[in-house]
Amino acid sequence: MLGISKKDMTILLVVIVLALCAPFILNPFPTGSAMAQFNAGYPDLMQRFVIFGIFAIGFNILFGLTGYLSFGHAAFLGVGSYSAVWMFKLLSMNVVPAILLSMIVAGLFSVLIGYVSLRRSGIYFSILTLAFAQMSFNLAYSVLTPITNGETGLQLTLSDKRYLGQSVTESGSIPVTNFFGLEMRSTYDLAVGGWNFQFNAGYYLCAIIMIVAFYVSMRIFRSPFGLMLRAVKSNQQRLNYTGINPKPYTLAAFVISGIYAGLAGGLMASMDPLAGAERMQWTASGEVVLMTILGGAGTLIGPVLGAGFIKYFENIFSKINDTVLHQWFAFMPDGLEDVVVFIVHPFVGKGWHLTLGILFMLVVTFLPGGLVEGGQRIAKLFKREKAPAVPPSDPEHHPKETPHVAE
Amino acid sequence: MDAVLLQILNGLDKGSAYALIALGLTLIFGTLGVVNFAHGALFMLGAFCAVTLSRILTLSFETIDETKVDFLGNPLKVKTPYVESWFGPETGGAIIDWAVPLSILFAIPVMITIGFIMERGLIKHFYKRPHADQILVTFGLAIVLQELIKYFFGANPIPTPAPDVFKGSFDFGVLLGYDPNVIIYPYWRMVYFLFSTIIIGGVFAFLQFTTFGMVVRAGMADRETVGLLGINIDKRFTFMFGLAAAVAGIAGVMYAPINSPNYHMGMDFLVLSFVVVVVGGMGSLPGAVLAGFMLGILESFASMNWIKDIIPGIDQIIIYVVAIIILLTRPRGLMGRKGVMED
Repeated sequence: MLGISKKDMTILLVVIVLALCAPFILNPFPTGSAMAQFNAGYPDLMQRFVIFGIFAIGFNILFGLTGYLSFGHAAFLGVGSYSAVWMFKLLSMNVVPAILLSMIVAGLFSVLIGYVSLRRSGIYFSILTLAFAQMSFNLAYSVLTPITNGETGLQLTLSDKRYLGQSVTESGSIPVTNFFGLEMRSTYDLAVGGWNFQFNAGYYLCAIIMIVAFYVSMRIFRSPFGLMLRAVKSNQQRLNYTGINPKPYTLAAFVISGIYAGLAGGLMASMDPLAGAERMQWTASGEVVLMTILGGAGTLIGPVLGAGFIKYFENIFSKINDTVLHQWFAFMPDGLEDVVVFIVHPFVGKGWHLTLGILFMLVVTFLPGGLVEGGQRIAKLFKREKAPAVPPSDPEHHPKETPHVAE
Repeated sequence: MDAVLLQILNGLDKGSAYALIALGLTLIFGTLGVVNFAHGALFMLGAFCAVTLSRILTLSFETIDETKVDFLGNPLKVKTPYVESWFGPETGGAIIDWAVPLSILFAIPVMITIGFIMERGLIKHFYKRPHADQILVTFGLAIVLQELIKYFFGANPIPTPAPDVFKGSFDFGVLLGYDPNVIIYPYWRMVYFLFSTIIIGGVFAFLQFTTFGMVVRAGMADRETVGLLGINIDKRFTFMFGLAAAVAGIAGVMYAPINSPNYHMGMDFLVLSFVVVVVGGMGSLPGAVLAGFMLGILESFASMNWIKDIIPGIDQIIIYVVAIIILLTRPRGLMGRKGVMED
């Protein structure tokens, strides 16, 4: 069905169920209980899960399939955000034109950057994309201030034109983003027993877009085009000798992933209509690389997992402070409790990046396939006990490690 | 003419920092074949060596001076650094004043140790892995180092002054017959430039004129053959990693008075240093140095007002523009060798 195999259908269904039921799944603990701090089922965080999921899915089309490691993808996200906010400022508060424009602008931008950067490969490609992204970041901060509003960031004001909408609502405030009238921030609270589930319109819009984005990336992975991209990764030279020019393919992959990044940027601005230059900084590009690698580059579901994982733990870890730690370790003798809290302290709260860095190093060193590979290894352990002779189920879906273009 | 001269001078100190970091990066790349994204973090660690030493030197005890009172009428508490009480106020004061230059002595062993630990503990396992993996793991390491420093030293820049002797500026203009105060240049930046030329010269002389350096150069050219001749090349390469770490470290130490060290200074320099290395040509030491100075000077030219009037914002992007142009016209960089990082 839908032109995909049964196996992929299962994966797609899992993603759909996960995305649509996220308000339930991410809210397993009753409000007010001690574990409630591990809940992630509130709109803002769930939106970030899926938006960064889209970003990482797009990045994976480039990095996972072709092996070209771009360190400048945040630039497309930033460009997407800016164009979406401009659409809100000039046209109307409807998110559809804003998202479309952000995809188009990011796509054009990535054609430009990709055309130049893809003339080189390996580390040179990484540095070129990095240089372009830093250039856009610096320009957004300085000369382009009329367009980007510099350090303050681009925001909506009451004096914006909004030719198709209204500048000011009747109550005298800035209108909110909507999808043909459905306000993005409107949330339906469902209280069941001690639980409080929140269904947010904006989240569902993002989730549906992510499902579509996932489906498209799945089709790309399984298409002849995707196969060609894999060929670029495994041996570009051989491809050249067979008389195929890989450039158009890699450029197409680059532009597709740029459009995905622009889409993510546009959605980000639709959920919260402001855009700042820091979204384009190279650390932001690094973040999406981390997500993809952590989840498993080159796999379908990996980037989504990685994005969810990083954003979830970023949120949870940042909330833990010394008081919470003392509560956790209260069962220990006093002296020991203080020692344990002292040891754990640097890794939580503001020290989340430290944990992330260590985790990332461990993953790259011991588990190059990311979380997906980890899951497979565990699954294999269990399978071996039952039936030792079962070969790896789907060789195409779990690509073997292939040498890089750069080598 | 005077403006041009001034900009060249201004570019020299930033160029020296780029050149020193790029030199270390190239050393590591040329010997071990590893793309080290944590090199900027080493530069930052060096700067924090200076901070640590000046903190250690100013450790002090409090005494109560009965003769003076503070504004509330209580006896005044006077802080005396231990160093001053041991060596007397004059010598002690001088030691504290010279904390930054002294940190070099402190930083060299520390940085070499860090370099050894890094190479033996982590990088060693990545020789045979793809470059992308090397970039990623060292990127992770850079985050870890940076966050550790942030945890111990806080997020704010820590001012680390140069010795009093080097405060103030030197009037170059008078020397060349211009009016006073036209071309002035801070003493410490001059020291930094001289210092970096000495270090760069030292590294080159070490590689060129010692047996050890000869073996290392041979290893860079053909690692396998050198190994077959019965030379333990790995050990020497590990030492070169330590040396590269030390070069980055002391570059950081000396840079501390120019720019107060903060935890992300390494990352800021890293991106630019990578651009410098690529412009100079991967694996070429003279290329790295040349490109470092060239880009430093170009950057300071681009920040001249009349140039900014013609092309607004050029000062922010000049380095990247130059890098893009060079990479597209001379794919191997200015002085890149054939066969290094070719596809």
